[in-house]
Formats: sequence, C-alpha cells, structure tokens
Amino acid sequence: MKRRLFLKSAMAGSAVATAVGAGLLTPSMVFANTADFKAVSDAAAAASAGAGKGSFKFKAPKIAENGAVVPMTVDASKMDGVTNISFFVKENGTPLAASFNLSGAAAGYVSTRIKMGKTSQVEALVTAGGATTKVSQEVKVTIGGCGG
Amino acid sequence: MGNIKLKPKARKGVIGIKALIKHPMETGLRKKKGKIVPANHITHMTVAHNGNVVVDADIGSSISKDPYFQFNVAGAKGDTIELKYTDNKGKTGSATAKSK
Repeated sequence: MKRRLFLKSAMAGSAVATAVGAGLLTPSMVFANTADFKAVSDAAAAASAGAGKGSFKFKAPKIAENGAVVPMTVDASKMDGVTNISFFVKENGTPLAASFNLSGAAAGYVSTRIKMGKTSQVEALVTAGGATTKVSQEVKVTIGGCGG
Repeated sequence: MGNIKLKPKARKGVIGIKALIKHPMETGLRKKKGKIVPANHITHMTVAHNGNVVVDADIGSSISKDPYFQFNVAGAKGDTIELKYTDNKGKTGSATAKSK
C-alpha cells in the first residue's frame, strides 16, 4: 500500500515537472503582475516610443553592482504641470517598474530604488501638460536582481 | 510586514517626503530550493497631503525589496502627510506623520 502511494505521488510530481519543462507554465504566467499593471506598462511602452527628449534631470548609476537595488531619481521640478513620472526598464519581464501620478501640490520629483534583471537601457518618462518626454540611460548590471 | 517609516521635512516651502516601507516585494519569479516563491508585492500606493491625494502610484514587482520613495510637495511645517499602500494579496498598510 505504501509503495503504491509513493508511486502515485511520484507520478503526480513528475507531471508538474514536465509541465514546467515543456513551457506550459512559463515564468510570465507565474509572474504575478496584475492585468491592470500590464495595461499601464503597455501604455507606457507606447508613450515611450513616440516621446521626444525631455529637459529634466534623470539620475541613475552607470554601473550597478547589485541589480536588486538600483537607485534612480527624476527631477523635473523645473517643469510645470507634471502629471506623471514613470520608470521603464527595457529588458525586464514587465518593463514598467513604477508609474507615479502626481497632482496638486506635488513637485515633479521622484526618487526610488528598482530591481534590474540584467544590463538594460532605462528610461524615465515625464508627462507634463499632456506631452510625454523621456530621458534614457544605460545601466550596466553586474549581478542580476530578478530570479537566480 | 506593514512597517512604514515616513519622514516629511519642510524646508523653504517644500516638504521632502521620505518613505521606507518594509515589504518583501517578491516577484513570483524567484525560486527557493526549486520552488517558486509566491508573488507578494505592492501594487498601489497613495500619498496624501492634508487630506488631498498628491501622489497616486502604480507599482510593479520590479521595485526593490523594502521599497524607498522620495517625493517633494509644496507645504509647510506641521502639515499632515499620509501614506497608504495595497499589495497583490489585498493587504494594506498606512502611516501618518506631521511634517517637521
């Protein structure tokens, strides 16, 4: 009886393993970014494609030793009517890291830390008065921060 | 979890808000001993200044563990800053601080 149980569970286990191996369960399916966020990310990608060069400051390291913590800062406080600041990492599974909608008394300034899987072009998108502009910079990552 | 450090500091009519949220920020991609660690990350965050929402952020899983944010808001000493967040498991957290 015990042997039978063992066989059964072993079979069940291997079935899951083959499902993963066959690509039925791709990481992107397990990746739990919500559908909403995916939509925001896609919108940001579209905005990024048509965006001109921005006149704001974007600070990010040229070389990040640890991809798990990459500090970046967008300073667009000289621009008027900033409504959105987004961080966009091109090579990440979901490129958009975060999108900040600013309103009222908030100045166009956001600083945060993001994770990067590998060396990538990083874009900062700033929407002011309905127009989106971007500044991009390459960040070299020596140790990736996603998975592993 | 749920531990938030919120430090607003006023200088020359601008409040610099520094926030550090204790959160594992798991992407759902990382594996530990061959098993995928379930995703657990902040999805939404708002910052209010004297009751008015000034920052409304959509946050992805690619923000670092124990996320740190910095914002600037026009205001003065004594103003109230409130931060609220929601993660993908539906958990929420909030913190309130008076500007120094």
